[in-house]
Amino acid sequence: MNPPLSASPHAHAPVSIGRIMALVMLALLPATLFGLYQFGWPAIFLFVVTVGATVGFEALALVAAGMPLRARLMDGSALLTGWLLAMTLPPWAPWWIGVVGGALAVLLGKQVFGGIGQNLFNPAMVARVALLISFPLEMTRWVMPSPMFSGAAPGFLEGLAITFGGQTYDALTGASILGHLSTELGQGVALDAALSSVFDPFSALLGAVPGSLGETSALLLAAGGAWLVYKGVSGWEIPVAVLGTIALLATAMHLIDPAQYAPAQFHMLTGATVLAAFFIATDPVTSPVSRQGQLLFGAGVGALIYLIRTWGGYPEGAAFAVLLMNAATPMIDHYLKPRIYGRDRRGKPLEYPELPANGGER
Amino acid sequence: MSAKPKLFRIRGGVHPDDRKALAMDAPIEDLPMPALLHIPLQQHIGAAANPVVQRRQQVLKGELIAHAQGAVSAPIHAPTSGRIAGLGLYPANHPSGLNLRTITLQPDGEDRWHPEIAGVDDPFALAPEEIARRVADAGVVGMGGATFPSAVKLSLRNRYSLHTLVINGAECEPYLTCDDRLMREQPDAVLDGARIMARGLGVERILIGIEGNKPRAIAALQRAAAPFKRIQVLRLPMRYPMGSEKHLVQALTGKETPARGLTAEIGVVVHNPATAFAVHEALRLGRPLISRVVAVTGQAITRPRNLRVPLGAKVEALVDHCGGFSEEPAKLISGGPMMGQPLRELRVPIMKGSNGVLALTATETNQHRPAPCIRCATCVGACPCGLVPLTMAAHVRSGDLDGAVGQGLMDCIGCGSCAYVCPAHIPLVQFFNHAKGELAARGRAMQKQIETKRLAEARTARLEAQKRAKREAMARRKAEQAAQKAKQKARAQAAAKAKKPEVAEAS
Repeated sequence: MNPPLSASPHAHAPVSIGRIMALVMLALLPATLFGLYQFGWPAIFLFVVTVGATVGFEALALVAAGMPLRARLMDGSALLTGWLLAMTLPPWAPWWIGVVGGALAVLLGKQVFGGIGQNLFNPAMVARVALLISFPLEMTRWVMPSPMFSGAAPGFLEGLAITFGGQTYDALTGASILGHLSTELGQGVALDAALSSVFDPFSALLGAVPGSLGETSALLLAAGGAWLVYKGVSGWEIPVAVLGTIALLATAMHLIDPAQYAPAQFHMLTGATVLAAFFIATDPVTSPVSRQGQLLFGAGVGALIYLIRTWGGYPEGAAFAVLLMNAATPMIDHYLKPRIYGRDRRGKPLEYPELPANGGER
Repeated sequence: MSAKPKLFRIRGGVHPDDRKALAMDAPIEDLPMPALLHIPLQQHIGAAANPVVQRRQQVLKGELIAHAQGAVSAPIHAPTSGRIAGLGLYPANHPSGLNLRTITLQPDGEDRWHPEIAGVDDPFALAPEEIARRVADAGVVGMGGATFPSAVKLSLRNRYSLHTLVINGAECEPYLTCDDRLMREQPDAVLDGARIMARGLGVERILIGIEGNKPRAIAALQRAAAPFKRIQVLRLPMRYPMGSEKHLVQALTGKETPARGLTAEIGVVVHNPATAFAVHEALRLGRPLISRVVAVTGQAITRPRNLRVPLGAKVEALVDHCGGFSEEPAKLISGGPMMGQPLRELRVPIMKGSNGVLALTATETNQHRPAPCIRCATCVGACPCGLVPLTMAAHVRSGDLDGAVGQGLMDCIGCGSCAYVCPAHIPLVQFFNHAKGELAARGRAMQKQIETKRLAEARTARLEAQKRAKREAMARRKAEQAAQKAKQKARAQAAAKAKKPEVAEAS
């Protein structure tokens, strides 16, 4: 009369992988909607193409590998990967960027390792970096925000032409803030002068600036991320370590030479900092499992972002930083583990010399 | 005393829905005496008891029917008066469903106590050894489920310097309400038992820890403990596994028990409130442990209740008394949902360690097919022992049991917190239990191998010795024969020599 015997526990918390993914997507929704609103129809088309391609390639890979299609698709992991990838793309990039990106993310970033939970690197960041290196032109062509329904915004058909027709849009291009700063500083312009024309902390906070599709609004991303931490879906360790490290390094360097190094708020509010801190670096599969490990991992990501931005060849370094720390994750997990109950950090049973106990080890 | 003492933080843990409300307000009632009792001889950790009764023998309530065997064991007494109907094999209250040696008792309905049963007026006048002896004779075992013979724990004073007795009223398993009801209804008896045990241990300080979801039990024991200065009743935060012995001691004293060791090593001994009650009954009234309170609960039980059940009653009788199943249960469990064992059939008997019978619906068990691990580390945060369950499970899955041991498998207490929170529904405890069982089997195999080798070597040595002895005996005999021959020869020669003069004489 009883079903097959199973080990305890016989009750289970109301959780599932699908629920985690759904909550993450919910947290991403405000920033995404804002990005779609301010970059208009081309951004919407790119988003749909990227997400659709990612899920499509996932389905193909699952069929090819003989894995349960429905269960694995319904866990929402491919959907989230596509979503995150789309958020990091230039909003008016051509459609094939999204398709190639989706293929890179799912096939190269995830399924060759064995699918969900097995990949070493964050799939969205693998795709993003591969795209940036392979198609530097398309991946660095930014546009000024032209909110939907405003005069400058492209209409539906015009949007189709931009995304699918390869129509040029020179009139609207504008460098991202990080790109602009990098160029200006490279030409010997002082920091103040370079920043004053492009960086307004308030609009960077809201997101009314040129940049990737979903990376511009630091405020909405941080709000979504904080909600995830509050819901217990992701830990506080990685976001705090990433942001804290960037803030610390930027402040220190700014104090040393204010004319050369941008202040902390600049690094916090521009580029992919907030998205990376709350949504990319916190990817459970590719980040360490212990609290100490997560703090170290986050600090590493933050430090690398700052290093690459300040002294590296690329104006933005979030994707590289995350991938480099992903590679370090197995080692971090090997060395940084929680202390086992009743043992010291080295794994020896605790000893209490003051008690005349009958030997520690029984 | 009800002062607000400091509690210490423990690591990890989970917050399962406690579902205590199902049975928490049902007063303890007696289960009507069943027509037959099946009393297994193995109801405790250690060696099985040895029967001292014959078939068809009449026994009285509380009479010894099986005595303890060895240092770690417990005797068993007749739960009621009646006739021994048989001594045989009966399915155990254990997931294996294996048959155990069992005494079957047919109650006569008179429930007559054995005339020699009498308590002591002042247990506190007894020597600690005498208290331990009486507890041992009453067959009292740890009633929280561990069923370790209590008297053995009371004798720990001989090996460790103890300072505190902790009464574990956490009852952190969801659903279970038997300790709660007992503490609410018999606070003075529980407290008295605790004081007697403290006397037996030679300690004065008693800490009674009760989770905050049992406010009435806390109030009742605080009232009972008010006159005693060295007894504190503490409200524990609601977190599973607060009732894990080592974690409870840490929460109350701030000290961690050394790995693989006993809480006695840090001067603390832990007992369950039901055990304290049993000790009270044993010392004050002389009554052995013959019944216990069982929570019969779960949403598939028509009327969840707390029953005082004679040992050996079938689970079936309890379920029937609670109105049967309201729906087909998805799972039947002996014990709590976090660490209890699945029940295979309803005819198995209640034993000294059975604290609950749960019939859970599919909504309550929330079972799903396992998905791949996404390394979310929820299990790492939930583990109260500081382990990394996902890595241990990966080692076990790939057959690398030694690797799992290296990750701390043997420090796992099997509480199930990791598996409870796993979003991928991976049966982590199943992996760990499998590995522990496999390692134990390997250990036994290794032991057997060593023993076989020892015996084989001994045999070879013995045969060698026999051969050598034979050879030596042969050599000796040869030598003797040679010597004899030589002697004969010598004698013959001597005789020949002697003959010559004789001959000469004769001639």
